[in-house]
Amino acid sequence: MGAPANTNANAPADYLLHLADNALVLGQRNAEWCGHGPILEEDLAMANNSLDLIGQARMLYQHAASLINADDEAGERFKHLQGARVDGQVTDDTLAYFRDTAEFRCHTLLELPHHGPLVGYANSERDYSVTLTRNFLYSALMALVWQRLQTSADPQLAGIAAKSLKETRYHLSHSSDWLVRLGDGTEESHQRAQAALDHLLPYCEAFWLPGHAAEEAALANGTGVCVSELRDDWNAIVNETLSEATLQRNDTQPHVGYVAQGHLGVHSEHLGFLLAEMQSLARAHPQGVW
Amino acid sequence: MSQQQPALKEWPLWEVFVRSKQGLEHKHCGSLHASDAQHALQMARDVYTRRQEGVSIWVVPSNTITASEPDSKDSFFDPAADKIYRHPTFYDIPDKVGHM
Repeated sequence: MGAPANTNANAPADYLLHLADNALVLGQRNAEWCGHGPILEEDLAMANNSLDLIGQARMLYQHAASLINADDEAGERFKHLQGARVDGQVTDDTLAYFRDTAEFRCHTLLELPHHGPLVGYANSERDYSVTLTRNFLYSALMALVWQRLQTSADPQLAGIAAKSLKETRYHLSHSSDWLVRLGDGTEESHQRAQAALDHLLPYCEAFWLPGHAAEEAALANGTGVCVSELRDDWNAIVNETLSEATLQRNDTQPHVGYVAQGHLGVHSEHLGFLLAEMQSLARAHPQGVW
Repeated sequence: MSQQQPALKEWPLWEVFVRSKQGLEHKHCGSLHASDAQHALQMARDVYTRRQEGVSIWVVPSNTITASEPDSKDSFFDPAADKIYRHPTFYDIPDKVGHM
């Protein structure tokens, strides 16, 4: 944490939106398995995972919305959400359902479909090893991030972190457990898990890009965590599980080539389709309630 | 692969017992399929404790449970039906004994 003295600061809205978008987009992506899981028990486990993530996103959006509503400058920036506002206020719903692709600040890793590169889009081509490998790589990071955010100078964010940490640690244990079973399983499961890892690892490079504006601002007032400093800890978690899973890390260090920039608003082609499906109902019936 | 075991085509069945916050004992709440005990425990957490039902879980391989036969119900249980004297309801408990 940057400046621990002030314990009543507010995290920058853009920082909260980055954390929230990560959780919402992965939650929505994983929810695609609902009713289609490989087995009944695992179907429920993945639905639980999605509900945890969407719950995290909701708390973060609510906090961000209250900050945006209290700040004229931020209010101006989100003016385009006017039509969806209730009584002129931004809410968790308007932030989730009425922002467009380029406004989302989630990591590209989290928006990718459940299959490797260069395969078709059919639901039947979803590969559960991609789902589990991504959950593993992301929850290994978030277990570290939430742990540190528990001492954020923003008390609301610290509270959200404490709740999310418990959930994320379970996601990490669930996905690690599966990754070991798949990696150290049959020839086919090993090959698929290795392919998923080779596909997804390069997207993790985005975690370590030097601080973007939202993170810089959060570090400046002691509300955020410097993610690039967590790299060694993340490597330790990842390497230990991969070794148990008999899987190889084939990402070159230092990384060569393009680094995904979803967290800066430059997304893959996949996010638009995901948002279209997620947002269509809310946009067809703005302010609709059950 | 490090273990030379054939992959399971079908996962064995496990019985799940959950102890609730108030309860002293684990109660049977259902069954599920899982590849091993740890796996079964994790599955049980996701299937049977989503609504805060429990604070502790046991899983037991279903095939290790020996059960009485439904067909022998008559000879197993009916003979106890007319032995009401086995219930401790014919005694007056002195007040000073207190709660039993």
